[in-house]
Amino acid sequence: MPNMSLEKVKMPEQEPQVRNHNFKEVALGYTKEQAMEEATRCLHCKHSPCKNGCPVGVPIPEFIAEVANGDFEKAYEIITSENALPAICGRVCPQENQCEGKCVRGIKGESVGIGRLERFVADYHREHGQKKDNHIEKNGKKVAVVGSGPAGMTCAGELAKKGYDVTVFEALHKTGGVLSYGIPEFRLPKDLVQKEIDGVADLGVRFETNVVVGRSITIDELQEEGYEAIFVGSGAGLPRFQGIPGENLNGVYAANEFLTRVNLMKGYEFPKHPTPVKITDTVCVIGAGNVAMDAARTAKRLGAKNVYIVYRRGEQEIPARAEEVHHAKEEGIIFKLLTNPVKIEGEDGWVKSMECVEMELGEPDESGRRRPVVKEGSNFVIETGTVIVSIGQSPNPLIRQTTPGLDTQKWGGIIVDEETMKTSKDGVYAGGDVVTGAATVILAMGAGKKAAHAIDEALKQK
Amino acid sequence: MYKILHKEKLNDVVELMVVHAPHVSRKCEPGQFIILRVGEDGERIPLTIADFDREKETITIIYQIVGYSTKALSLLNEGDEITDFVGPLGEPTKLHASKHVVGVAGGVGSAPLYPQLRALAQMGVDVDVIIGGREAQYVLWADEFRKFCKNVYITTDDGSLGRKGFVTQVLADLIDQGEDIDEVIAIGPVPMMKAVVGVTKPHNIKTSVSLNPIMIDGTGMCGCCRVSVDGKIKFACVDGPDFDGLQVDFDELMARQRMFKEEEHQMDEKANRMCNLMGGVQ
Repeated sequence: MPNMSLEKVKMPEQEPQVRNHNFKEVALGYTKEQAMEEATRCLHCKHSPCKNGCPVGVPIPEFIAEVANGDFEKAYEIITSENALPAICGRVCPQENQCEGKCVRGIKGESVGIGRLERFVADYHREHGQKKDNHIEKNGKKVAVVGSGPAGMTCAGELAKKGYDVTVFEALHKTGGVLSYGIPEFRLPKDLVQKEIDGVADLGVRFETNVVVGRSITIDELQEEGYEAIFVGSGAGLPRFQGIPGENLNGVYAANEFLTRVNLMKGYEFPKHPTPVKITDTVCVIGAGNVAMDAARTAKRLGAKNVYIVYRRGEQEIPARAEEVHHAKEEGIIFKLLTNPVKIEGEDGWVKSMECVEMELGEPDESGRRRPVVKEGSNFVIETGTVIVSIGQSPNPLIRQTTPGLDTQKWGGIIVDEETMKTSKDGVYAGGDVVTGAATVILAMGAGKKAAHAIDEALKQK
Repeated sequence: MYKILHKEKLNDVVELMVVHAPHVSRKCEPGQFIILRVGEDGERIPLTIADFDREKETITIIYQIVGYSTKALSLLNEGDEITDFVGPLGEPTKLHASKHVVGVAGGVGSAPLYPQLRALAQMGVDVDVIIGGREAQYVLWADEFRKFCKNVYITTDDGSLGRKGFVTQVLADLIDQGEDIDEVIAIGPVPMMKAVVGVTKPHNIKTSVSLNPIMIDGTGMCGCCRVSVDGKIKFACVDGPDFDGLQVDFDELMARQRMFKEEEHQMDEKANRMCNLMGGVQ
């Protein structure tokens, strides 16, 4: 008889007023007992809708059954048959729109805590599991992967398992892409990211850091060097700005810069680490996606007293994961919804205030969300010393500019066949944010996996 | 890791290094830059490429010791290794065949200017250079420039070498004398580049400048290096570092370079302690 509790077993967390002063992980993870109890809430539906909601097709009811039995290593094996980075996905996937969104238990009460269980299993394995001896028969075929973020890492891992000789080229000094420079420590601890990368390296994948494909070497040159297939997962790059006056004042950051200073360069430990980051008592973050939540919560942890999320649409339209919004509110982030900045005012080159207008929601636009319309005469001013712009990125231009024969969208995304992730250029595949524009870790992983499958099919024929 | 094959002191505050970096040397062109990091906690610092050797797979960098990270770099010696060294970054300089180009270099600006003017001379362009420095020792590479420049003009603030005064005075004189100048390429401190544009703009002389805003990743990801050119946001790392000087908002750039002045000062003190410590050991 399944456990019919309407609520998930509660996740132990650091207290909001404690955690908003430190960079340690917010959620502490289930104990064995909590995980086993939560696992008994699964109904093991015949049609397993949760599985269809997973972009990488993890056999969810099967792994949950093993958790309920207390065989966590078996559960780990089942998850990793389809997902190479479970400790990461368990923490950063938008489960409410995927597996948990489809869960039958969610119709009345809360869904099964699939993400929490995935995280538990991955963490359990990291602490208790035996390292497997990866004996893989090599097939002697070389594949190059551009970018070591979630798309590239997944593609590389899948191909290495099949025996390919895979080299990953990373532009930064550190691997992991957005997992390293973007997502903060308190949401995704960096030693955990490193362990997952080590796991991929253990499969025989080679990582070359400090190589900027498009500058240090081109896609054509990689092909000349004998790479039979190339997967491009170079991510979303160039930050977007609104084009309002004052965006270049001191104190205005793109969210990527702010987060890179803190996460990749460890600016929160300045001056122990020499890259600085500056914060004022009041901070305004423009936008309400996951990156905006990360920036706002980071600012709070750096000591800002008043942190605002300024978003032109309403609560319903907030694109961030529900849990991030919930956590942000608990930590004292103030949401200024239906508010749009029109001007940043400065003094001696520094941000002084931001002028905004109130918005109201009109008819649905092309995205299906109700279009925000300016309320005339509603202008008001927020006194602030820091503005963090988090309204998205356009794909990095380097590969597009240096690869003849690679077709791209008008806005810069690489065009691919959605089934195979194949681009217009022979032997070149692409996936993740460089194709979709800024999206999620799991969608990037799904794309990396699809591409790995297609590359294998294509190279087997050769 | 990237081995230092040669190190040389050019004056009190400027040093040169030749570094083994095959991924950079294979493809770099004049005008591009690298980013390096010293130590596992190091800052990412951008430096222009002064010279390269494709066969020996080396890059020459010239740097002025101004703060913590350049001091940390300066503590390394021949045979040591630099933790990270990535490039080439930025767009190569677009060199146009014309009749007469005047280069203007201030301080370490000689380093990035050198390969550009040399390439122009090889294309058959008449090249002059104006080199400025605070005093004689800070005037860099006059002899190297003499190998291919028609005229080498030197100015120092204190008159210890060449003409006493600023590079802009020489440039203004050349223009007043009716010299036909197709293009001016100015590389140096931002106030110098701004002053050069102040001289060329009234005559509408094409003026190229190389900008060095604060930068982190250098590959078009963080947006820190944005500058206003013709009223539009440009990223120096992927759109530059060379821009049309007549369109650059220099005042904004100078303000943005001061963003972390207090923190830099804090790190300077740490650097001085580090240097004293190293001095004590040696």
